[in-house]
Amino acid sequence: MPVIKEIDYGTPLRVAETLVTLEIDGKAVTVPAGTSVMRAAVDAGVQVPKLCATDNMEAFGSCRLCLVEVEGRRGTPASCTTLAEPGMRVKTQSPKLAKLRRGVMELYISDHPLDCLTCAANGDCELQDMAGVVGLREVRYGYDGANHLKAEKDESNPYFTFDPAKCIVCSRCVRACEEVQGTFALTIESRGFESKVAAGNHNFLDSECVSCGACVQACPTATLVEKSVIEKGQAEHSVVTTCAYCGVGCAFKAEMQGDEVVRMVPYKDGKANHGHSCVKGRFAWGYATHKDRITKPMIREKITDPWREVTWEQAIGRAASEFKRIQAKYGQDSVGGISSSRCTNEETYLVQKLIRAAFGNNNTDTCARVCHSPTGYGLKTTFGTSAGTQNFDSVEQADVIMVIGANPTDAHPVFASQMKKRLREGARLIVVDPRQIDLVKMPHVEAQYHLPLRPGTNVAVINAISHVIVTEGLVDETFVKERCDVQAFENWRKFIAEERNSPETLAPITGVPAADVRAAARMYATGGNGAIYYGLGVTEHSQGSTMVMGMANLAMATGNLGRPGVGVNPLRGQNNVQGACDMGSFPHEFTGYRHVSDEPVRKTFEQDWGVALRGDPGLRIPNMLDAAVEGTFKGLYVQGEDIAQSDPNTKHVTAGLRAMECVVVQDLFLNETAMYAHVFLPGSSFLEKDGTFTNAERRISPVRKAMAPMGGMADWEITVALSNALGYPMHYKHASEIMDEIARLTPTFAGVSFARLDELGSIQWPCNEKAPEGTPVMHIGGFARGKGKFMITEFVATDERTTGRFPLILTTGRILSQYNVGAQTRRTDNNIWHHEDVLEIHPFDAENRGIRDGDLVAIASRAGETTLRAEVTERIQPGVVYTTFHHPVTGANVVTTEFSDWATNCPEYKVTAVEVRLAMKMSEWQSHYLETRKQTTQIEHGAGAKQ
Amino acid sequence: MVHSANQIAQFFASYPHDEAVAGVADHIQKFWEKRMRQQLHDYIERGGGGLHELALEAAKRLG
Repeated sequence: MPVIKEIDYGTPLRVAETLVTLEIDGKAVTVPAGTSVMRAAVDAGVQVPKLCATDNMEAFGSCRLCLVEVEGRRGTPASCTTLAEPGMRVKTQSPKLAKLRRGVMELYISDHPLDCLTCAANGDCELQDMAGVVGLREVRYGYDGANHLKAEKDESNPYFTFDPAKCIVCSRCVRACEEVQGTFALTIESRGFESKVAAGNHNFLDSECVSCGACVQACPTATLVEKSVIEKGQAEHSVVTTCAYCGVGCAFKAEMQGDEVVRMVPYKDGKANHGHSCVKGRFAWGYATHKDRITKPMIREKITDPWREVTWEQAIGRAASEFKRIQAKYGQDSVGGISSSRCTNEETYLVQKLIRAAFGNNNTDTCARVCHSPTGYGLKTTFGTSAGTQNFDSVEQADVIMVIGANPTDAHPVFASQMKKRLREGARLIVVDPRQIDLVKMPHVEAQYHLPLRPGTNVAVINAISHVIVTEGLVDETFVKERCDVQAFENWRKFIAEERNSPETLAPITGVPAADVRAAARMYATGGNGAIYYGLGVTEHSQGSTMVMGMANLAMATGNLGRPGVGVNPLRGQNNVQGACDMGSFPHEFTGYRHVSDEPVRKTFEQDWGVALRGDPGLRIPNMLDAAVEGTFKGLYVQGEDIAQSDPNTKHVTAGLRAMECVVVQDLFLNETAMYAHVFLPGSSFLEKDGTFTNAERRISPVRKAMAPMGGMADWEITVALSNALGYPMHYKHASEIMDEIARLTPTFAGVSFARLDELGSIQWPCNEKAPEGTPVMHIGGFARGKGKFMITEFVATDERTTGRFPLILTTGRILSQYNVGAQTRRTDNNIWHHEDVLEIHPFDAENRGIRDGDLVAIASRAGETTLRAEVTERIQPGVVYTTFHHPVTGANVVTTEFSDWATNCPEYKVTAVEVRLAMKMSEWQSHYLETRKQTTQIEHGAGAKQ
Repeated sequence: MVHSANQIAQFFASYPHDEAVAGVADHIQKFWEKRMRQQLHDYIERGGGGLHELALEAAKRLG
């Protein structure tokens, strides 16, 4: 497919009941009221020349190129800022207009380098195109006068350059930064001839710029251009695919030269991102061809042996024979597998199928265990299905937005931009978070209420909010009566109204002033559409599932469900958390969240798969590790996940892995888990295979192969090969056949197929006969379970308590430039922003310990100790410290403990009692880690393959 | 294992006794692998000290 160029309508789409009919160049066209003449012209098949206008931002009217003539009116108005009116007769071409446009272009070009043939934007430059369109043939003014041709280039950003010599000061970059991204990092400095685009603090890198790429995309010249384009030139074809980073699931055009990526450009028709992107998806794709990629299968007897490269047959054969040997010796239940949310639906589906059908047990789990498993439990219990209720666009109709335990500007940046836009339009914001996240106060966004609770007290806060709603008569009685289990509601109402749940009683526990809780509760209940967005700050607690149910109770009590603008919305951490869960990756359920003990359901799988299946739940990840340490679990197949870095209590995780006799890791890189592996199967990146990801809004989006798998096989093909070797044949020839099987066996996916995805672009499940084009908003008119169920959510303090020895609470999180365990982003230039994990500590706590900004500090819990640099900041409250887990040598999870959510075993990453002190050297664990890493990652290239 | 069982019991403790016992039993039945259920059973056989009464009753109901 040639490079896709979306139509640019010049100004944004308007939605209006009133339609307007006008005539443009003799063609009648009907558009919604409020539409610009420029956009109406495109609808009429007429392109008006333009430079400063583009359809993802409001009209600006500065370039004077889009001038038109309107019958009966004087002058030549700009078509971008002139609205279509009934009966209007517009001419876009006339000798007068042509002369004016040529004159404007002549002025632009008189201060623009004439290096088109060697310019990076040659072939993709709107200025060049417009010069051609207006028929510019000479520039009468010459270049002797004052100009900007020698202006200094800013190459500070690792991914793009800013060349002011080529700038026409159209302000598209500045407006993109404001309107699309919402960061306000750019401005036009000075006036008149001196006007120039400027990023604060001297250059782009040191400015507030978040490198989302919106300015680069908006630039109509080569002023802002990707360094990869400068290096490689223009792409010759493109492939529309889905980003493999966070749960927003942005659609991108992979612009290619042969099988080499030139750049990733956000796809305007992507329904999750509408043409926007963040620094990770837009620029941090270089990991896919990084030199650290392992592209040959490898095996070894012991983890202290060097790896030997072998053939695929040898590696698959070794893995299969080892699993069979282990099962013969230790029993059918002594092996299992883990899939990853970084893999496609088809891949995660096949992993659980292999485990259930080929291993013959239900020891299958996925990394959602350690992030959003409480979402699954909580929302299924209350609403009847394990998914968020809305689409992302729903936020555009929200009036009160409550963000709980999430940091969207860092972890879900593209959705955050959409949310910020709505906030700038006037929606009000409540932030419930121990930290002062960016949303609390940033340019043109300020939370009305920030409830800075103590880590571990989420349930107390949500109960206090609900208490206010119940006791102040703010319940939507009609909604509850019509839509919910009334008896369960009455039980809950009685419980929540008790004085022990009042904001005043709970304030000493939560640390949140009662008056703020009351005010926030009133605002949420009475402020119009109330929408809750939450993240891992909700789920990664000992009461994670209780908190999810608490939020569901709150939304039901206030009637904030079942229509656009409201809902309970999990912001999923990784790209395919929702999908991995949908695909039956948990040990207790098949696809579509149906329990393995459900006989009719199990029978459908047995018939389709041709094998008897077990009806009892298998082991979860932490249970597998416990069983390994106890000696009853001996073999593990890990596809794309890195439990040795991401899971809590690293020492316990690695003890479990060491206790196993066969660990098979399938990954792009020799990750931390691979240090303990015996077979390594080289995985494929999202650019190398076909499949689908399902984002946080239940949107199933296509992942399309843009290049051949570097290791020779797509991940699903590897699972097929392993299953075949295990004696359970799989016969898929293409990933689409796997989706066909999923659709056949899963009622909520019944209408999904690759052909349908090609047709619709993406589909939000449920997609079936009732909803053939999918379901943007769930629970309209009724809940998936019938009546919504209120659950009693007693606050139970975590057993992880601060003590004299460990007086601080550690909470962990993420940062914009890095992603999860960092395996991808650490292998890109994103390291320039975050090359190490740091410990945020409040000045009060720092001073008490003699710690200054940048000092090396030791952080110790009852589980372990590590060291990292301190960042003294008031973002964090006294008594709480914060870090990320993107760098393995930091070992953040050496410190976290085995405590977990009561219902799902999701680790309590957000609360660990710790002490912090100055350190002189790295911890014992870190020294040991570096030594072990060195010992366990040696490769004898080609050694085994020759055998 | 005792800690996990007690956490489950604490959640269901807000419900009437019979409902709570049924809730704990159902949760363990649906989400605990047989080795874990066996460990709980063995622990109770050894006295079951420190186990929440709802967990104890639920485990006995599961047999």
